[in-house]
Amino acid sequence: MKGKSLISINDYSKSEILQILDLAEGFEKQPRQPILSDKVVSTLFFEPSTRTRLSFESAANQLGARVIGFSDAGTSSAKKGESLKDTILTVACYSDVIVMRHPLAGSARWASEVSPVPIINAGDGANQHPTQCLLDMYSIRKTQGKLDKLNVAFVGDLKYGRTVHSLVIAMCDFDATFHLISPAELKLPSYVKQHIKDKNLEYHQYLSIEEAINKVDILYMTRVQRERFADPIEYENVKNAYILTKDQLKNCKDNLKVLHPLPRVNEISEDVDDMPQAYYFQQAQNGVYVRQALLATILQ
Amino acid sequence: MKKELQVSAIKNGTVIDHITQGQVERVLYILNLSDYKDQIYFGANLDSKKYGKKGIIKVSNKFFAPEEISKIALVSPTATLIEIRDYEVTVKKQVEISDEIRGLVKCVNPNCITNHEAVPTHFEVVNKDEIVLRCRYCEKNTGKTNIEFV
Repeated sequence: MKGKSLISINDYSKSEILQILDLAEGFEKQPRQPILSDKVVSTLFFEPSTRTRLSFESAANQLGARVIGFSDAGTSSAKKGESLKDTILTVACYSDVIVMRHPLAGSARWASEVSPVPIINAGDGANQHPTQCLLDMYSIRKTQGKLDKLNVAFVGDLKYGRTVHSLVIAMCDFDATFHLISPAELKLPSYVKQHIKDKNLEYHQYLSIEEAINKVDILYMTRVQRERFADPIEYENVKNAYILTKDQLKNCKDNLKVLHPLPRVNEISEDVDDMPQAYYFQQAQNGVYVRQALLATILQ
Repeated sequence: MKKELQVSAIKNGTVIDHITQGQVERVLYILNLSDYKDQIYFGANLDSKKYGKKGIIKVSNKFFAPEEISKIALVSPTATLIEIRDYEVTVKKQVEISDEIRGLVKCVNPNCITNHEAVPTHFEVVNKDEIVLRCRYCEKNTGKTNIEFV
């Protein structure tokens, strides 16, 4: 996997994903390992990000690598009209790997085709965010002790959420049963459901969290955004069905963990934060270990 | 009963037969034949034993490149391509969609990088019967109803 770009979660096989997760466990036990002290990591963030950029930079620093880059396209030559290709070819002269986030879908794949150094996709528009998927899988395995044959619920905006699509497809390789909780307007796209069917796996659809919460091992929350609804009254009617509260956790399974890709707005009430099921901040912490593992795998 | 040609024969050139009903004008357009200076005959809504109704285009002294044939297949997968030299049929084949389509079709996704920078489009053909093209870059599908050529 040395020198291999990561653009879409489908670029890595099941065994390659497991290899990254195993390596991440080692970094969790001992985060400071200066094994990349002769490397330079570029972080090109053409659109804003807090968690992803900082966790990549933290991961690179823990490994002893130097980090260069920008966190706002306004401070790059893109503002002067430079093409993405020219930016990538230039930055590749200064670094051993490029981590990039860009508002246009497909930008990371294009970058990987023109770049002489590997590209790690940190989000390309509404398309892919594969390192989020890896850290979600790491968090699931860590909290459940396994990845196989779990009951995983996805809540909220299942239509537009790129993290949901990638994670559903990745978990199909581990024989998950899927519980899909969303308003009718924001159901999982048919191509993702078809992927579940093609793998001979089950999915169940619900309109509220209560219907499924006592059946599942993982509750993956996402935000239902008002702007997704053509009719604002419809949003007002359904929004409370997708807000997780402390009371709803009364009848859950003992092993249930609540995940969220963050940022959270109001879809998990703050009284859930102190419950043993809340795992979303540890999930963000796991992102550093997984990104350390990925950088080490690609650069060593 | 005497069999009559529905459209005149040509000495040298290409006949595109069995064009899906309603697609003759589109085939003329995608092959840029409006600027062609030699003879072109075409017919629409002709009787066809195989398809009920069909279209046909005959272009004198013109033979099409593989990428042009791929374009025909995208708008009329039923079409037959017949090459004629000195009134003799020298090639007769069904047009065929290749496994990959490069640089021919626009991606339907307005937020795809190919619609913003000088990136040649590149699709994997995921369904040849229904004509579904999956963009290599943004991973969205472009279907036959929204195919637009570059």
